Amino acid sequence: MHLRNPKDFWSGIMFAAIGFAFAVIVKVYDYPMGTASRMGPGYFPFVLGLLLGVLGLVILFKSFVADGERVSALAWRPIVWILGAVIVFGLTVKLIGLALAIIVLVMISAFGGHEFKLKEQLIAGVILSIGSIGVFVYGLKLPFPIWPQFLG
Amino acid sequence: MEALLSNLALGFSVAFTPEALMYCLIGCLLGTLIGVLPGIGPVATIAMLLPATFTLKPELSLIMLAGIYYGAQYGGSTTAILVNIPGESSSVVTALDGYQMARKGRAGAALGIAALGSFFSGCVATLLLAAAAPPLAEIAFKFGPAEYFSLMTLGLIAAVVLAHGSVIKAIAMILLGLLLGLVGTDVNSGMARFNFSIPELSDGIGFVAVAMGVFGFAEIIKNLEQGEEREIFVNKVGRLLPTMQDIKEAFPAVLRGTGLGSLLGILPGGGAVLASFSAYTFEKKIAKDSSQFGKGDIRGVAAPESANNAAAQTSFIPLLTLGIPPNPVMALMVGAMIIQGIQPGPQVMSEKPQLFWGMIVSMWIGNLMLVILNLPLIGMWIKLLTVPYRLLYPAILVFCCIGVYSLSNSPFDVVVTAVFGMVGYLFVKLDCEPAPLLLGFILGPMMEENLRRAMLLSRGDATTFLTRPLSATLLGISVLLLVVIALPAIRKKREEAFVED
Repeated sequence: MHLRNPKDFWSGIMFAAIGFAFAVIVKVYDYPMGTASRMGPGYFPFVLGLLLGVLGLVILFKSFVADGERVSALAWRPIVWILGAVIVFGLTVKLIGLALAIIVLVMISAFGGHEFKLKEQLIAGVILSIGSIGVFVYGLKLPFPIWPQFLG
Repeated sequence: MEALLSNLALGFSVAFTPEALMYCLIGCLLGTLIGVLPGIGPVATIAMLLPATFTLKPELSLIMLAGIYYGAQYGGSTTAILVNIPGESSSVVTALDGYQMARKGRAGAALGIAALGSFFSGCVATLLLAAAAPPLAEIAFKFGPAEYFSLMTLGLIAAVVLAHGSVIKAIAMILLGLLLGLVGTDVNSGMARFNFSIPELSDGIGFVAVAMGVFGFAEIIKNLEQGEEREIFVNKVGRLLPTMQDIKEAFPAVLRGTGLGSLLGILPGGGAVLASFSAYTFEKKIAKDSSQFGKGDIRGVAAPESANNAAAQTSFIPLLTLGIPPNPVMALMVGAMIIQGIQPGPQVMSEKPQLFWGMIVSMWIGNLMLVILNLPLIGMWIKLLTVPYRLLYPAILVFCCIGVYSLSNSPFDVVVTAVFGMVGYLFVKLDCEPAPLLLGFILGPMMEENLRRAMLLSRGDATTFLTRPLSATLLGISVLLLVVIALPAIRKKREEAFVED
């Protein structure tokens, strides 16, 4: 199928899907609707969900009547390495301590860039690690473990 | 007048302690440090540094945040002038003439006039804020839930007007933001909504996680996708102090920018972006000889820089008097206040006068610090800009991760931020502007709360929004705004205004 306005086509689908999903969840989980004078927890999200869903359909419909830009390809390399590095940091920092976690974060995220220079990134990681611990742990007293749990 | 002076005196007694000055200074420095990094605007900077203020006393934490805000904004202008990569949309127009000035070897003068113009407008706007806040807070006490609901509607509609691109997509983004804001426990019934039995979600999605994912991580991915193309004018910054001729040319522009910015900053949904765009356009329109605009006209730097700083200042007015954040930066401020146990609104001024006036005075001090500190330090910020992006973005990631993790010391927020990084990147791909989403996100629960109360008071009669005069006026303005942007002529103008991005 040839899409005349792919950006709006996909936006429309996204908004419609999310909007109606919210409305459906209200019904499936049976959040009480209440009445207009005593609104239950389901009322406002249900109305908003329907509104968003309808708006999504309008955007979708309009994408068939006017031309628009193509959606450029997703850059999977930075997506995977950057977000991956962040998630690894979140999951391991308590266990391996901030000092090591920062170096790991810098090393993994470096794969998302255009060039990878091991020595340079390693040095950057160590400097960032020392600097951050100085500022955030000693200076601003954020409660991070600095060293790995299994060592201390 | 006397009340104003005694209020300011109280503010000075709070903000002029060594401790407060130190945190204001740290805030300015950290804010500039992060804000100067290409592609990182004030929203991401504040989100990132927010947890660093959690452990402080409320006064100090807000003073530090205000410092971070001004630092971040000034850092963004520096990047715009020297590298032609605006940190965020409010410095887009600064880049037009500022960068051209830099290319002509006058980067110093551009940076100098940006700093001095900002300081001047900051002084004026601070006084305006101090004078306007008490009477506005009086009016705010007359606001009932219906008025609050209508005002928030107006704010959201105004945000649509300011968003780039499609109006209908901007409205959809607002609705999406409102819905995401409703995730978590409903305050009225205590029922957890949309949490899918994930215990962490019953507290709702963290607004810092959303802001940092959408404005921070998504931006990094986008930058890495585009590759590195930067031209920096490091060696020929030139003298920082503008010449007499420069000042003579720029001063009227600074004055006009200040006036326009102060006015636009107060509007809900307004703020720095609109201010700098309109100040630039206005300057270009009234100039006798506008041929130099876009080629390095000093007025093209002076006007928008003064305007966005004035607007940054006056956008605290709706926040401090009504408790309604007019833009994403103020939304982050609300979050910070709530974490400190302060419910933003008209009562802050009467219940916590030290905090209120201390913060206002510290804004002025923050502005002053930027001038006396950042101008001499400019060499250091420039050094930072010469660091290649492949080393900068891991540093940004480190600060972001430390910031998000510190929110609740659990991996959950970090994962949520990563998810919103992906979502934000998809928004970029689909041309969906994220700022309205963030505003909707923070206003979602407040709107629901006020809607419910208004309907309860009127016994389910929805016409209450139209029969109460204040509420009806606010809704009327919203409808008018929507009609106006739908008009073909205005629509074209609006598209033109954003073309320069």
